[in-house]
Amino acid sequence: MERGMYMRHKEAVIIGAGPAGLKAAKSLCEAGASVTIIDRNKDLGGQLTKQTHKFFGSEKQYASVRGIEILKILLNDLLEYGTQCEILNETSVVGLYHDKVIACVKDDKFFKIKAESIIIATGASEKSIPFENNDLPGIYAAGAVQTLMNQYGVKPGDKVLMVGSGNIGLIVSYQLMQAGVEVVKLVEAAPSISGYLVHASKIQRLGVDILTQTSIKRAIGKEQVEKVELWNLDETWQGMEGSEQTLEVDTVCISVGLAPLTELLMQVGAEVMYVRELGGNVPKIDHRYQTTVKGVYACGDVCGIEEASSAMVEGALSGIHAAFDLGYTIDDEKRKVKALKEELKFLRSGPHAAKIRAGYNKLGVMI
Amino acid sequence: MRVNQHPILSFDTKEEITFTFNGKPMKGMMGDTIASALHANGVKKLSESIHLKRPRGFYCAIGNCASCNMIVDGKPNVRTCITPLKEGMRVEFQHGKGHVYET
Ligand SMILES: Cc1cc2nc3c(=O)[nH]c(=O)nc-3n(C[C@H](O)[C@H](O)[C@H](O)COP(=O)(O)OP(=O)(O)OC[C@H]3O[C@@H](n4cnc5c(N)ncnc54)[C@H](O)[C@@H]3O)c2cc1C
Ligand code: FES
Repeated sequence: MERGMYMRHKEAVIIGAGPAGLKAAKSLCEAGASVTIIDRNKDLGGQLTKQTHKFFGSEKQYASVRGIEILKILLNDLLEYGTQCEILNETSVVGLYHDKVIACVKDDKFFKIKAESIIIATGASEKSIPFENNDLPGIYAAGAVQTLMNQYGVKPGDKVLMVGSGNIGLIVSYQLMQAGVEVVKLVEAAPSISGYLVHASKIQRLGVDILTQTSIKRAIGKEQVEKVELWNLDETWQGMEGSEQTLEVDTVCISVGLAPLTELLMQVGAEVMYVRELGGNVPKIDHRYQTTVKGVYACGDVCGIEEASSAMVEGALSGIHAAFDLGYTIDDEKRKVKALKEELKFLRSGPHAAKIRAGYNKLGVMI
Repeated sequence: MRVNQHPILSFDTKEEITFTFNGKPMKGMMGDTIASALHANGVKKLSESIHLKRPRGFYCAIGNCASCNMIVDGKPNVRTCITPLKEGMRVEFQHGKGHVYET
């Protein structure tokens, strides 16, 4: 690998170009700051790049619009700022130092950026669960399968077992069928389906069997998955011997939740706290989205697993605060912040958001 | 294993890209990553685990987990799930950790 010869200086750097990062960029550009957005993928948009389904959420945050269409709007919004908004795609951030130096790798070249202000919007990574042979090829995270088929147009296999009945498991099951792949069964360890019932009934109507209190015992295969063994779980979530059934599948999709990608936050010295309701370790942010390191902000899924709608609002807010701290005056700032906060409150008001509210409560952040 | 019909998306009219996997010529599509092109060619096993030599495929497909590391044009540990496929690429199965190299 080639070493970078110089250190670039930048005003505001956003790490991660998902919905949160893109909205943060817009707020900063609007205020007049010059912005650099870094993302390791070629296509910007984070999770939105593969979301062909229509969004739930609020009207203001594009409910009933497909994720991929929302992304077009977000990218278009940034176009008008031209070179004020620099985009470094296919660039991985591999280190973050206390003095706000960002270590990057692009095209196999290593270089550093010194930033005055940093917004971390790295999103989350999908979790896995332990079972025998859970590392065989053919066992993929559900979001990974969504990327493969919706972004690259490649089927993961012919017959799929989906593990987990949250919204992601339900939506990806539906999208697998749209791509012409058979979803043989969906298993859920809990006694009831955990995602929205509208999504569940949609796939049940198409003939997918959803088995609750059931999990995967082991995968069978030499070089890749050929079969799986399922078993029923008792009230204490233990597998019941004798209840096994074998299924012929070539793909297993794991959809058991996400964990915030907080490594960079820890490297920069920002305090994190384990909050189960938010998905794992999350940064201790204040009501302005600043972490415990001055000039370093965090927004979106990296602050707690939620939705694109709330990620966008958090992004917009953290961008406004970062711009203010850089010395910019924002037109109508108070009104804008208030409206965005109300929007967030609305998104987190329903019974489905009780967990999120509890999580932020633990973290001591007012939402 | 390409998606050929889809109610929302269209994947047609794309240019073909030629590359090799372990010396064997294969075809991918413009816009593919290395891992998606291999998968479309039926290649799911990309490398093996370092100690127990268990087969490894991709897992996250967004550059998080290193499960898809392969040797590309002689360089080891390339995350093939986020590396765009290019004409003439030499892709190889990776045994073990990979080695340090100079450019
Ligand atoms: C199947 C599915 C369905 C969903 N449906 C909905 C829905 O209907 N409505 C809704 O509101 N939400 C939905 N969501 C949730 C929503 O997609 C996420 O909450 C949202 O994308 C989070 O946005 P983000 O910007 O925080 O992170 P992400 O979208 O995850 O983006 C993070 C970005 O950071 C980049 N990155 C991370 N680390 C680095 C690094 N070290 N260097 C460089 N770049 C890095 C990543 O490449 C990525 O592009 C769904 C999610 C899934 C998976
Ligand atoms: S599959 Fe996780 S990094 Fe490529």
